[in-house]
Amino acid sequence: MKKILQTPIRDEDLESLNVGDVVYLTGHLVTCRDVAHRRLIEQKRELPVDLKGGAIFHAGPIVRKKDDGKFEMVSIGPTTSMRMEKFEREFIKQTGVKLIVGKGGMGPETAAGCQEGKAVHAIFPGGCAVLAATKVEEIERAEWQDLGMPETLWVNRVREFGPLIISIDTKGKNLIEQNKARFNEKKAPVMERIFSQVRFIK
Amino acid sequence: MDKEVAVQSLTDTMAKFTSYIGKRLPTDVKQKLADLRTLETNPLAKSIYDSMAENQEAADKLDRPSCQDTGVIQYFISAGAKFPLLGELEEILQNATLGATKIGPLRHNAVETFDEKNTGTNTGSKIPWLDWEIVPDSDCATIDVYMAGGGCTLPGKATVLMPGQGYEGVTEFVFDVITSRGVNACPPLLVGVGVSTSVETAARLSKRAILRPVNSKNPNANAALMEELLEEGLNEVGIGPQGLTGNNSVMGVNIESSARHPSTIGVAVSTGCWAHRRGKIRFNADLSYEVLSHEGVVL
Ligand code: SF4
Repeated sequence: MKKILQTPIRDEDLESLNVGDVVYLTGHLVTCRDVAHRRLIEQKRELPVDLKGGAIFHAGPIVRKKDDGKFEMVSIGPTTSMRMEKFEREFIKQTGVKLIVGKGGMGPETAAGCQEGKAVHAIFPGGCAVLAATKVEEIERAEWQDLGMPETLWVNRVREFGPLIISIDTKGKNLIEQNKARFNEKKAPVMERIFSQVRFIK
Repeated sequence: MDKEVAVQSLTDTMAKFTSYIGKRLPTDVKQKLADLRTLETNPLAKSIYDSMAENQEAADKLDRPSCQDTGVIQYFISAGAKFPLLGELEEILQNATLGATKIGPLRHNAVETFDEKNTGTNTGSKIPWLDWEIVPDSDCATIDVYMAGGGCTLPGKATVLMPGQGYEGVTEFVFDVITSRGVNACPPLLVGVGVSTSVETAARLSKRAILRPVNSKNPNANAALMEELLEEGLNEVGIGPQGLTGNNSVMGVNIESSARHPSTIGVAVSTGCWAHRRGKIRFNADLSYEVLSHEGVVL
Protein backbone atom coordinates (compact mmCIF):
# COMPACT_ATOMS: atom_id res chain seq x y z
CA MET A 1 0.00 0.00 0.00
CA LYS A 2 1.16 3.53 -0.78
CA LYS A 3 2.32 5.46 2.27
CA ILE A 4 1.03 9.00 1.88
CA LEU A 5 2.19 11.93 3.98
CA GLN A 6 -0.15 14.87 4.36
CA THR A 7 0.82 18.45 5.22
CA PRO A 8 0.96 19.68 7.94
CA ILE A 9 3.29 16.79 8.77
CA ARG A 10 3.64 15.79 12.44
CA ASP A 11 6.65 14.24 14.18
CA GLU A 12 4.81 10.94 14.60
CA ASP A 13 4.22 10.68 10.83
CA LEU A 14 7.98 10.59 10.28
CA GLU A 15 9.40 8.75 13.29
CA SER A 16 8.70 5.28 11.91
CA LEU A 17 10.24 6.04 8.49
CA ASN A 18 13.62 4.57 7.58
CA VAL A 19 16.03 5.37 4.79
CA GLY A 20 15.01 3.58 1.59
CA ASP A 21 11.27 3.79 2.36
CA VAL A 22 9.07 5.18 -0.40
CA VAL A 23 6.38 7.74 0.41
CA TYR A 24 4.08 10.13 -1.48
CA LEU A 25 2.94 13.61 -0.52
CA THR A 26 -0.49 15.18 -0.60
CA GLY A 27 -0.93 18.80 0.43
CA HIS A 28 1.46 21.68 -0.13
CA LEU A 29 4.95 21.54 -1.58
CA VAL A 30 6.90 24.80 -1.86
CA THR A 31 9.88 25.22 -4.19
CA CYS A 32 12.81 26.60 -2.25
CA ARG A 33 16.41 26.59 -3.41
CA ASP A 34 19.67 28.55 -3.32
CA VAL A 35 18.64 32.17 -2.96
CA ALA A 36 15.65 31.54 -0.68
CA HIS A 37 17.96 29.66 1.70
CA ARG A 38 20.51 32.46 1.50
CA ARG A 39 17.93 35.17 2.18
CA LEU A 40 16.63 33.43 5.30
CA ILE A 41 19.93 32.35 6.82
CA GLU A 42 22.47 34.96 5.67
CA GLN A 43 20.28 38.01 5.20
CA LYS A 44 17.90 37.07 8.02
CA ARG A 45 14.82 37.92 5.97
CA GLU A 46 11.55 36.30 6.91
CA LEU A 47 10.24 33.73 4.43
CA PRO A 48 6.93 34.78 2.85
CA VAL A 49 5.55 31.26 3.36
CA ASP A 50 4.94 29.52 6.69
CA LEU A 51 6.75 26.18 6.47
CA LYS A 52 5.93 24.79 9.92
CA GLY A 53 5.02 21.14 9.31
CA GLY A 54 5.57 21.83 5.63
CA ALA A 55 7.47 20.42 2.69
CA ILE A 56 10.00 22.08 0.39
CA PHE A 57 11.32 21.05 -3.02
CA HIS A 58 14.83 21.87 -4.26
CA ALA A 59 13.69 22.64 -7.80
CA GLY A 60 13.61 25.33 -10.45
CA PRO A 61 10.57 24.67 -12.60
CA ILE A 62 9.32 25.79 -16.00
CA VAL A 63 6.02 27.62 -15.34
CA ARG A 64 3.58 29.04 -17.90
CA LYS A 65 1.21 31.94 -17.25
CA LYS A 66 -2.25 31.06 -18.53
CA ASP A 67 -4.73 33.45 -20.16
CA ASP A 68 -6.74 33.74 -16.92
CA GLY A 69 -3.63 35.01 -15.11
CA LYS A 70 -3.07 31.73 -13.23
CA PHE A 71 0.13 29.76 -13.41
CA GLU A 72 0.52 26.31 -14.90
CA MET A 73 3.30 23.90 -13.93
CA VAL A 74 4.90 22.66 -17.16
CA SER A 75 7.96 20.81 -15.91
CA ILE A 76 9.42 20.52 -12.41
CA GLY A 77 12.36 18.30 -11.62
CA PRO A 78 14.66 18.21 -8.60
CA THR A 79 17.98 19.99 -8.55
CA THR A 80 21.11 18.84 -6.68
CA SER A 81 20.30 19.07 -2.96
CA MET A 82 23.94 19.17 -1.90
CA ARG A 83 24.10 22.86 -2.84
CA MET A 84 21.82 23.64 0.10
CA GLU A 85 23.92 21.63 2.59
CA LYS A 86 25.50 24.80 3.95
CA PHE A 87 22.12 26.19 5.06
CA GLU A 88 19.75 23.30 5.64
CA ARG A 89 20.41 22.53 9.31
CA GLU A 90 19.69 26.11 10.32
CA PHE A 91 16.80 26.27 7.82
CA ILE A 92 15.08 23.30 9.48
CA LYS A 93 15.57 24.87 12.91
CA GLN A 94 14.15 28.25 11.90
CA THR A 95 11.22 27.14 9.75
CA GLY A 96 10.11 23.85 11.31
CA VAL A 97 10.00 22.28 7.82
CA LYS A 98 9.45 18.51 7.96
CA LEU A 99 10.10 17.20 4.47
CA ILE A 100 12.89 18.27 2.12
CA VAL A 101 12.72 16.88 -1.40
CA GLY A 102 15.58 17.02 -3.89
CA LYS A 103 18.11 15.10 -5.96
CA GLY A 104 21.10 13.13 -4.71
CA GLY A 105 22.14 12.98 -1.09
CA MET A 106 22.93 15.65 1.49
CA GLY A 107 25.73 15.79 4.05
CA PRO A 108 26.28 15.38 7.79
CA GLU A 109 25.02 18.87 8.69
CA THR A 110 21.61 18.20 7.17
CA ALA A 111 21.55 14.77 8.77
CA ALA A 112 22.14 16.42 12.15
CA GLY A 113 19.42 18.97 11.38
CA CYS A 114 16.96 16.20 10.51
CA GLN A 115 17.69 14.47 13.79
CA GLU A 116 17.27 17.63 15.86
CA GLY A 117 14.16 18.83 14.09
CA LYS A 118 12.54 15.45 13.38
CA ALA A 119 12.62 16.07 9.65
CA VAL A 120 13.50 13.92 6.61
CA HIS A 121 15.20 14.40 3.25
CA ALA A 122 13.78 12.50 0.29
CA ILE A 123 14.88 11.95 -3.30
CA PHE A 124 12.53 12.42 -6.24
CA PRO A 125 13.95 10.67 -9.33
CA GLY A 126 15.97 13.18 -11.39
CA GLY A 127 14.90 13.80 -14.95
CA CYS A 128 11.24 12.91 -14.25
CA ALA A 129 10.07 16.51 -14.54
CA VAL A 130 6.88 15.97 -16.53
CA LEU A 131 5.75 13.17 -14.21
CA ALA A 132 6.23 15.58 -11.30
CA ALA A 133 4.33 18.37 -13.06
CA THR A 134 1.32 16.10 -13.57
CA LYS A 135 1.11 15.62 -9.77
CA VAL A 136 0.72 19.37 -9.22
CA GLU A 137 -2.99 20.18 -9.01
CA GLU A 138 -2.61 23.92 -8.77
CA ILE A 139 -0.05 26.63 -8.13
CA GLU A 140 -1.78 28.48 -5.31
CA ARG A 141 0.71 31.29 -4.75
CA ALA A 142 3.99 32.61 -6.09
CA GLU A 143 6.19 34.49 -3.62
CA TRP A 144 9.43 36.39 -4.13
CA GLN A 145 8.82 36.57 -7.86
CA ASP A 146 11.65 39.11 -8.06
CA LEU A 147 13.98 36.09 -7.97
CA GLY A 148 12.92 34.96 -11.44
CA MET A 149 11.23 31.75 -12.51
CA PRO A 150 13.68 29.17 -11.16
CA GLU A 151 14.05 30.74 -7.70
CA THR A 152 10.49 31.95 -7.03
CA LEU A 153 8.77 30.20 -4.11
CA TRP A 154 6.01 28.37 -5.94
CA VAL A 155 3.37 27.11 -3.52
CA ASN A 156 2.04 23.95 -5.15
CA ARG A 157 -0.97 21.94 -4.11
CA VAL A 158 0.03 18.37 -4.92
CA ARG A 159 -1.70 15.01 -4.85
CA GLU A 160 0.26 11.81 -4.26
CA PHE A 161 3.47 13.50 -5.36
CA GLY A 162 6.21 10.90 -5.65
CA PRO A 163 7.87 8.46 -5.49
CA LEU A 164 9.86 10.08 -2.68
CA ILE A 165 12.69 7.90 -1.42
CA ILE A 166 13.71 8.70 2.14
CA SER A 167 17.45 9.39 2.02
CA ILE A 168 17.93 10.91 5.49
CA ASP A 169 15.59 9.80 8.27
CA THR A 170 14.77 11.29 11.69
CA LYS A 171 17.46 9.11 13.26
CA GLY A 172 20.03 10.90 11.08
CA LYS A 173 20.78 7.84 8.91
CA ASN A 174 22.04 8.83 5.44
CA LEU A 175 21.27 6.47 2.54
CA ILE A 176 23.48 8.03 -0.12
CA GLU A 177 26.50 8.19 2.21
CA GLN A 178 25.96 4.50 3.02
CA ASN A 179 25.71 3.69 -0.69
CA LYS A 180 28.87 5.59 -1.58
CA ALA A 181 30.84 3.72 1.07
CA ARG A 182 29.46 0.48 -0.36
CA PHE A 183 30.43 1.40 -3.94
CA ASN A 184 33.96 2.27 -2.85
CA GLU A 185 34.32 -1.02 -1.03
CA LYS A 186 33.06 -3.00 -4.00
CA LYS A 187 35.17 -1.36 -6.64
CA ALA A 188 38.69 -2.35 -5.47
CA PRO A 189 38.45 -6.11 -6.17
CA VAL A 190 36.62 -5.47 -9.47
CA MET A 191 39.38 -3.14 -10.64
CA GLU A 192 42.07 -5.64 -9.64
CA ARG A 193 40.47 -8.22 -11.88
CA ILE A 194 40.30 -5.83 -14.82
CA PHE A 195 43.94 -4.73 -14.36
CA SER A 196 45.16 -8.23 -15.14
CA GLN A 197 43.29 -8.20 -18.46
CA VAL A 198 44.32 -4.79 -19.79
CA ARG A 199 48.11 -5.02 -19.74
CA PHE A 200 48.26 -3.99 -23.40
CA ILE A 201 51.61 -2.25 -22.93
CA LYS A 202 54.15 -5.04 -22.97
CA MET B 1 16.17 25.53 -54.67
CA ASP B 2 17.02 29.20 -54.25
CA LYS B 3 19.71 29.65 -51.61
CA GLU B 4 17.61 31.76 -49.25
CA VAL B 5 14.80 29.21 -49.32
CA ALA B 6 17.31 26.42 -48.75
CA VAL B 7 18.80 28.17 -45.71
CA GLN B 8 15.34 28.72 -44.24
CA SER B 9 14.31 25.13 -44.85
CA LEU B 10 17.43 23.70 -43.16
CA THR B 11 17.05 26.12 -40.23
CA ASP B 12 13.43 25.07 -39.70
CA THR B 13 14.23 21.37 -39.84
CA MET B 14 17.10 21.73 -37.37
CA ALA B 15 15.01 23.88 -34.99
CA LYS B 16 12.26 21.28 -34.97
CA PHE B 17 14.71 18.41 -34.58
CA THR B 18 16.57 20.12 -31.73
CA SER B 19 13.30 20.68 -29.88
CA TYR B 20 12.12 17.14 -30.68
CA ILE B 21 15.10 15.41 -29.05
CA GLY B 22 14.35 17.15 -25.73
CA LYS B 23 11.02 15.38 -25.58
CA ARG B 24 11.77 11.88 -26.85
CA LEU B 25 14.80 9.68 -26.21
CA PRO B 26 16.67 8.04 -29.10
CA THR B 27 15.62 4.49 -29.98
CA ASP B 28 18.81 2.84 -28.67
CA VAL B 29 18.59 4.58 -25.27
CA LYS B 30 14.89 3.80 -24.95
CA GLN B 31 15.56 0.14 -25.70
CA LYS B 32 18.46 -0.04 -23.24
CA LEU B 33 16.41 1.50 -20.43
CA ALA B 34 13.62 -0.99 -21.14
CA ASP B 35 16.17 -3.85 -20.94
CA LEU B 36 17.65 -2.56 -17.68
CA ARG B 37 14.17 -2.21 -16.25
CA THR B 38 13.43 -5.87 -17.07
CA LEU B 39 16.76 -7.06 -15.62
CA GLU B 40 16.31 -5.17 -12.35
CA THR B 41 15.24 -7.16 -9.29
CA ASN B 42 15.68 -4.56 -6.54
CA PRO B 43 12.12 -3.26 -5.88
CA LEU B 44 13.20 0.33 -5.21
CA ALA B 45 15.33 0.44 -8.37
CA LYS B 46 12.47 -1.12 -10.33
CA SER B 47 10.09 1.60 -9.17
CA ILE B 48 12.58 4.26 -10.35
CA TYR B 49 12.67 2.68 -13.82
CA ASP B 50 8.86 2.68 -13.77
CA SER B 51 8.86 6.42 -12.97
CA MET B 52 11.31 7.09 -15.80
CA ALA B 53 9.11 5.21 -18.29
CA GLU B 54 5.99 6.99 -17.01
CA ASN B 55 7.78 10.33 -17.36
CA GLN B 56 8.75 9.66 -20.97
CA GLU B 57 5.19 8.66 -21.84
CA ALA B 58 3.84 11.84 -20.25
CA ALA B 59 6.44 14.00 -22.04
CA ASP B 60 5.51 12.46 -25.38
CA LYS B 61 1.77 12.80 -24.80
CA LEU B 62 1.90 16.36 -23.44
CA ASP B 63 4.64 17.36 -25.91
CA ARG B 64 6.91 18.80 -23.21
CA PRO B 65 10.67 18.56 -22.55
CA SER B 66 11.09 15.35 -20.55
CA CYS B 67 13.64 16.85 -18.16
CA GLN B 68 13.47 20.51 -17.15
CA ASP B 69 17.21 20.88 -17.82
CA THR B 70 17.39 21.03 -21.61
CA GLY B 71 21.11 21.75 -21.40
CA VAL B 72 23.54 23.71 -23.50
CA ILE B 73 22.98 22.86 -27.16
CA GLN B 74 25.92 21.24 -28.95
CA TYR B 75 26.15 20.19 -32.60
CA PHE B 76 28.67 17.66 -33.89
CA ILE B 77 28.89 18.10 -37.63
CA SER B 78 30.33 15.72 -40.12
CA ALA B 79 29.98 17.64 -43.37
CA GLY B 80 30.95 16.75 -46.90
CA ALA B 81 33.37 19.26 -48.45
CA LYS B 82 30.81 19.63 -51.25
CA PHE B 83 27.72 20.07 -49.04
CA PRO B 84 26.00 23.08 -50.66
CA LEU B 85 25.34 25.02 -47.40
CA LEU B 86 28.71 24.36 -45.75
CA GLY B 87 29.51 28.05 -45.34
CA GLU B 88 26.04 28.86 -44.00
CA LEU B 89 25.84 26.01 -41.48
CA GLU B 90 27.15 27.96 -38.48
CA GLU B 91 24.52 30.67 -38.79
CA ILE B 92 21.83 28.11 -39.58
CA LEU B 93 22.55 26.22 -36.35
CA GLN B 94 22.59 29.43 -34.29
CA ASN B 95 19.15 30.27 -35.62
CA ALA B 96 17.96 26.69 -35.17
CA THR B 97 18.85 26.96 -31.47
CA LEU B 98 16.92 30.22 -31.17
CA GLY B 99 13.96 28.56 -32.87
CA ALA B 100 14.10 25.41 -30.73
CA THR B 101 14.21 27.54 -27.57
CA LYS B 102 10.82 28.98 -28.56
CA ILE B 103 9.24 25.76 -29.86
CA GLY B 104 10.40 23.53 -26.96
CA PRO B 105 10.23 25.63 -24.91
CA LEU B 106 13.83 25.05 -23.78
CA ARG B 107 15.13 26.38 -20.48
CA HIS B 108 17.54 29.31 -20.81
CA ASN B 109 20.92 27.77 -20.20
CA ALA B 110 23.52 30.06 -21.79
CA VAL B 111 25.35 32.26 -19.30
CA GLU B 112 28.04 34.54 -20.72
CA THR B 113 31.22 33.82 -18.78
CA PHE B 114 32.92 36.75 -17.03
CA ASP B 115 29.89 38.97 -17.67
CA GLU B 116 27.93 36.28 -15.80
CA LYS B 117 24.63 37.11 -17.48
CA ASN B 118 22.13 34.64 -18.84
CA THR B 119 21.52 35.59 -22.47
CA GLY B 120 17.97 34.21 -22.29
CA THR B 121 18.23 32.73 -25.80
CA ASN B 122 20.43 29.64 -25.38
CA THR B 123 22.90 31.33 -27.72
CA GLY B 124 26.05 33.21 -26.75
CA SER B 125 29.77 33.31 -27.48
CA LYS B 126 30.55 30.03 -29.28
CA ILE B 127 27.19 28.62 -28.09
CA PRO B 128 25.60 26.54 -29.52
CA TRP B 129 28.93 24.69 -29.49
CA LEU B 130 29.96 23.35 -32.90
CA ASP B 131 32.38 20.50 -33.52
CA TRP B 132 33.44 19.95 -37.15
CA GLU B 133 34.66 17.08 -39.25
CA ILE B 134 34.98 17.58 -43.00
CA VAL B 135 34.44 14.57 -45.23
CA PRO B 136 36.31 14.83 -48.57
CA ASP B 137 34.34 14.21 -51.77
CA SER B 138 30.93 13.99 -50.09
CA ASP B 139 27.97 16.35 -50.61
CA CYS B 140 25.97 15.17 -47.56
CA ALA B 141 26.04 16.40 -43.95
CA THR B 142 25.39 14.40 -40.79
CA ILE B 143 24.62 16.38 -37.65
CA ASP B 144 24.49 15.07 -34.09
CA VAL B 145 22.56 17.29 -31.68
CA TYR B 146 23.25 16.95 -27.97
CA MET B 147 21.64 18.61 -24.95
CA ALA B 148 24.43 18.91 -22.38
CA GLY B 149 22.53 19.15 -19.09
CA GLY B 150 24.22 20.41 -15.93
CA GLY B 151 23.97 17.18 -13.98
CA CYS B 152 25.41 14.96 -16.69
CA THR B 153 28.16 17.43 -17.60
CA LEU B 154 29.45 17.81 -14.03
CA PRO B 155 31.27 14.46 -13.71
CA GLY B 156 33.41 15.20 -16.82
CA LYS B 157 37.14 14.93 -16.19
CA ALA B 158 40.39 14.65 -18.15
CA THR B 159 44.01 14.03 -17.25
CA VAL B 160 47.31 12.85 -18.69
CA LEU B 161 48.78 9.66 -17.28
CA MET B 162 52.33 8.40 -17.50
CA PRO B 163 52.73 5.32 -19.68
CA GLY B 164 53.82 3.37 -16.60
CA GLN B 165 50.28 3.74 -15.27
CA GLY B 166 49.08 2.00 -18.40
CA TYR B 167 45.52 0.93 -19.12
CA GLU B 168 45.31 0.00 -15.46
CA GLY B 169 45.51 3.74 -14.77
CA VAL B 170 42.79 4.36 -17.34
CA THR B 171 40.59 1.79 -15.60
CA GLU B 172 41.13 3.39 -12.21
CA PHE B 173 40.39 6.86 -13.59
CA VAL B 174 37.08 5.72 -15.08
CA PHE B 175 35.99 3.93 -11.89
CA ASP B 176 36.86 6.92 -9.71
CA VAL B 177 34.90 9.37 -11.81
CA ILE B 178 31.82 7.16 -12.04
CA THR B 179 31.65 6.01 -8.41
CA SER B 180 32.19 9.50 -6.99
CA ARG B 181 30.79 12.26 -9.18
CA GLY B 182 28.78 9.99 -11.44
CA VAL B 183 26.44 8.92 -8.65
CA ASN B 184 24.63 12.29 -8.60
CA ALA B 185 24.40 12.60 -12.39
CA CYS B 186 21.19 10.58 -12.80
CA PRO B 187 22.49 7.06 -13.47
CA PRO B 188 22.31 4.69 -15.32
CA LEU B 189 24.91 6.65 -17.30
CA LEU B 190 26.34 6.15 -20.75
CA VAL B 191 30.08 6.41 -20.10
CA GLY B 192 32.30 7.88 -22.81
CA VAL B 193 36.05 7.36 -22.51
CA GLY B 194 38.69 9.02 -24.68
CA VAL B 195 42.12 7.40 -24.75
CA SER B 196 44.52 9.63 -26.59
CA THR B 197 47.58 11.85 -26.28
CA SER B 198 46.61 14.99 -24.33
CA VAL B 199 43.70 16.42 -22.35
CA GLU B 200 41.83 18.17 -25.15
CA THR B 201 42.11 15.31 -27.66
CA ALA B 202 40.98 12.79 -25.05
CA ALA B 203 38.12 15.05 -23.92
CA ARG B 204 36.80 15.53 -27.44
CA LEU B 205 36.94 11.81 -28.13
CA SER B 206 35.17 11.00 -24.86
CA LYS B 207 32.28 13.22 -25.94
CA ARG B 208 32.21 11.65 -29.40
CA ALA B 209 32.08 8.28 -27.65
CA ILE B 210 28.71 9.04 -26.00
CA LEU B 211 27.30 10.01 -29.39
CA ARG B 212 27.85 6.43 -30.55
CA PRO B 213 24.91 4.04 -30.14
CA VAL B 214 24.62 2.45 -26.70
CA ASN B 215 25.37 -1.10 -27.79
CA SER B 216 28.03 -0.29 -30.39
CA LYS B 217 31.55 -1.66 -30.13
CA ASN B 218 34.94 -0.15 -30.84
CA PRO B 219 36.40 -1.82 -33.98
CA ASN B 220 39.75 -2.45 -32.26
CA ALA B 221 39.66 -5.79 -30.41
CA ASN B 222 41.55 -4.58 -27.32
CA ALA B 223 39.45 -1.42 -27.05
CA ALA B 224 36.27 -3.48 -27.43
CA LEU B 225 37.49 -5.83 -24.70
CA MET B 226 38.13 -2.88 -22.42
CA GLU B 227 34.64 -1.49 -23.12
CA GLU B 228 33.19 -4.80 -22.10
CA LEU B 229 35.34 -5.17 -18.97
CA LEU B 230 34.57 -1.64 -17.79
CA GLU B 231 30.86 -2.08 -18.41
CA GLU B 232 30.71 -5.40 -16.55
CA GLY B 233 32.92 -4.09 -13.76
CA LEU B 234 30.93 -0.90 -13.22
CA ASN B 235 27.70 -2.88 -13.28
CA GLU B 236 29.09 -5.15 -10.60
CA VAL B 237 29.48 -2.13 -8.30
CA GLY B 238 25.68 -1.87 -8.50
CA ILE B 239 25.11 1.89 -8.48
CA GLY B 240 21.55 1.45 -9.74
CA PRO B 241 19.21 4.13 -11.07
CA GLN B 242 19.74 7.49 -9.31
CA GLY B 243 22.58 5.96 -7.26
CA LEU B 244 20.05 4.10 -5.09
CA THR B 245 21.76 0.74 -5.79
CA GLY B 246 20.56 -1.95 -8.16
CA ASN B 247 21.66 -4.77 -10.42
CA ASN B 248 23.41 -2.45 -12.89
CA SER B 249 25.18 0.91 -13.00
CA VAL B 250 25.55 1.99 -16.59
CA MET B 251 23.83 1.87 -19.97
CA GLY B 252 27.21 1.14 -21.49
CA VAL B 253 30.85 2.17 -21.90
CA ASN B 254 32.07 3.51 -25.27
CA ILE B 255 35.74 4.15 -25.93
CA GLU B 256 37.16 6.32 -28.72
CA SER B 257 40.89 6.61 -29.23
CA SER B 258 43.71 8.08 -31.26
CA ALA B 259 47.45 7.42 -31.47
CA ARG B 260 49.45 8.98 -28.62
CA HIS B 261 52.87 10.33 -27.75
CA PRO B 262 55.07 7.47 -26.44
CA SER B 263 55.43 9.31 -23.11
CA THR B 264 51.77 10.15 -22.43
CA ILE B 265 48.32 8.63 -22.13
CA GLY B 266 45.64 11.28 -22.29
CA VAL B 267 42.39 10.04 -20.78
CA ALA B 268 39.00 11.66 -20.35
CA VAL B 269 35.51 10.70 -19.27
CA SER B 270 32.24 12.27 -20.44
CA THR B 271 28.91 11.02 -19.15
CA GLY B 272 25.42 10.99 -20.55
CA CYS B 273 22.59 10.69 -18.01
CA TRP B 274 19.70 8.23 -18.35
CA ALA B 275 17.82 11.01 -20.15
CA HIS B 276 20.53 10.98 -22.82
CA ARG B 277 19.07 13.48 -25.25
CA ARG B 278 20.88 13.26 -28.52
CA GLY B 279 19.79 12.93 -32.13
CA LYS B 280 21.41 12.14 -35.46
CA ILE B 281 20.13 13.48 -38.77
CA ARG B 282 21.58 13.18 -42.27
CA PHE B 283 20.98 15.71 -45.04
CA ASN B 284 21.51 15.08 -48.72
CA ALA B 285 22.64 17.82 -51.09
CA ASP B 286 19.00 18.53 -52.04
CA LEU B 287 18.22 18.89 -48.28
CA SER B 288 16.04 15.80 -48.15
CA TYR B 289 16.86 14.19 -44.83
CA GLU B 290 16.73 11.08 -42.74
CA VAL B 291 16.60 10.90 -38.95
CA LEU B 292 18.96 8.11 -37.91
CA SER B 293 18.58 8.18 -34.12
CA HIS B 294 14.82 8.05 -33.58
CA GLU B 295 12.47 5.60 -35.27
CA GLY B 296 9.21 6.90 -36.67
CA VAL B 297 9.89 10.62 -36.33
CA VAL B 298 7.58 13.20 -37.86
CA LEU B 299 9.06 16.68 -37.56
S1 SF4 C 1 21.42 14.68 -15.09
FE1 SF4 C 1 20.14 14.50 -16.93
S2 SF4 C 1 18.17 13.65 -16.24
FE2 SF4 C 1 19.28 14.37 -14.44
S3 SF4 C 1 18.48 16.42 -14.11
FE3 SF4 C 1 20.36 16.64 -15.32
S4 SF4 C 1 19.72 16.62 -17.47
FE4 SF4 C 1 17.97 15.87 -16.23
